[in-house]
Amino acid sequence: MQTFQFTRATTPDQAIQAHAGATARYVAGGTNLVDMMKLDVEQPTSLIDINELSLSAITPTPTGGLHIGALSRNSEVAHHPIVLRDYPVLSQAILSGASPQLRNMASTAGNLLQRTRCVYFRDTAFPCNKREPGSGCSAIDGFNRNLAILGTSKDCIASNPSDQNVALTALEATIHIQGKSGSREVPIHSFYVVPGNTPHIETVLQPGDLITGVTLPPPRPSVRSLYLKLRDREAYEFALASAAVQLGTQGNRITFARVALGGVGTKPWRSLEAEHALEGRPVDLATFRHAAQEALRSARPQSENAFKVDLSQRCLVRALTLATKSA
Amino acid sequence: MAKEIITLDDKEESMATDPASPAEQDRSLLGRVSRRSFLSHLGAAGIAATTAPVLASAATFTPSAIQEPATEAAPGTVPISLNVNGQTHKLRLDPRTTLLDCLRENLNLSGTKKGCDHGQCGACTVHVNGRRVNSCLSFAVMHPNDQITTIEGIGQPDHLHPMQAAFIEHDGYQCGYCTSGQIMSAVAVLKEPVGPTDDDVKQAMYGNICRCGAYPNIVAAVQQVRHQS
Repeated sequence: MQTFQFTRATTPDQAIQAHAGATARYVAGGTNLVDMMKLDVEQPTSLIDINELSLSAITPTPTGGLHIGALSRNSEVAHHPIVLRDYPVLSQAILSGASPQLRNMASTAGNLLQRTRCVYFRDTAFPCNKREPGSGCSAIDGFNRNLAILGTSKDCIASNPSDQNVALTALEATIHIQGKSGSREVPIHSFYVVPGNTPHIETVLQPGDLITGVTLPPPRPSVRSLYLKLRDREAYEFALASAAVQLGTQGNRITFARVALGGVGTKPWRSLEAEHALEGRPVDLATFRHAAQEALRSARPQSENAFKVDLSQRCLVRALTLATKSA
Repeated sequence: MAKEIITLDDKEESMATDPASPAEQDRSLLGRVSRRSFLSHLGAAGIAATTAPVLASAATFTPSAIQEPATEAAPGTVPISLNVNGQTHKLRLDPRTTLLDCLRENLNLSGTKKGCDHGQCGACTVHVNGRRVNSCLSFAVMHPNDQITTIEGIGQPDHLHPMQAAFIEHDGYQCGYCTSGQIMSAVAVLKEPVGPTDDDVKQAMYGNICRCGAYPNIVAAVQQVRHQS
């Protein structure tokens, strides 16, 4: 591991002040960053410990939504009574990922910035455009079974590994960011960027930007939310395909739909196509299948992951079916 | 690293015993050489014979440096006060020292094990402020205000934690390397929102891998203690 300068910050301003640019990193839980530092995938020259910042609270907002502090641990969010009651999709997504120990450490903001599990990204012996821009993509002609089929480019097909962020995307969360030039809020669907020819850039964050929290909009009455994750084993494994849905119905008609897919996209994948194919249509299998087809229409499978097109569609159909089952 | 390999099958040690004090080690070396004391000295010698790249390791064979701040700060080190098992330790550490390495190499609390070192196996599980975490994935200097509990702080041979006793009773281990992590997780499960069934326990314990496959006995041990409490 490379040496680094260690700084402990106690306020957001202090942390941002201490952030010296592209080679500095904030550290909260450390579950992802420390792992990558051990692999030399991340080589920060400066590490700013933000664990003492007062950003751990989970509080209702005046408009009936929920604000989740950046340093709230995944386990705290997943077991929070308001999350369980109003945003079950988020609790289910978080509890489907990692392990209890990791969830006790991992922070909400750290999870937002979780890096891909592409084996070439994690192995410095191989070229990888995301890790070393311009060096090439080893995955396109390599082991790509687990990688993305949506949002890929000729330079990168790495999949986003997070479960939490798929749920936050379906919930239309807002990310709160404090930076060197003030604070701003970014809707989660604008927060992540597809790789294009700059796969090393994954979000709209600028050097020094600090995520301070996430806000969920008020829950909609009689809308059900659900997360379904498919993987090689039922525990402690990343998604091959997952779906987070919010679905509202009136009689036999779908009145409201939010759909996000995991395991298949280069970013947490909001599917407006599926939402358009659902809203206003009857609650039946034909509608769900059509929506799933629409969601995967632009899929570009690689040599080893063509199965994901079908799997992801089945996953979404199943999630929609479960979400509309009578309670 | 040699030291890690040597302790791989040290079942006795992983069952939550305090590491032998230097005096005890000397006594056993002069008299009967126990496996642990032999390996312990071998490990220290092995490290001493090489140029330790990380200061955390270099401190291992200098017991006097363990609980006292170095009089001269080594370049690049960071002062840290760590509360482990109710005791405060003032140290100067290379910031790259993980909590796991600090516990094992600086504080001689070798009950906590290094398995994968990447947060995937659970052998390094300790409690931070009462919650179970992977000690391999955070730096020791990130824990100035935390209460850290290791397997040594859970119970001792003459007063075992009920979970330790249950693991012995149900034979919840074979080689024993994962055992301290399993027990630390299991103790945490007692306070977590975990359902009543064996399947619930398996779900709650999946962050701890046992290559020997002692899972059925581990589940039995955990369930026994949950029923008692």
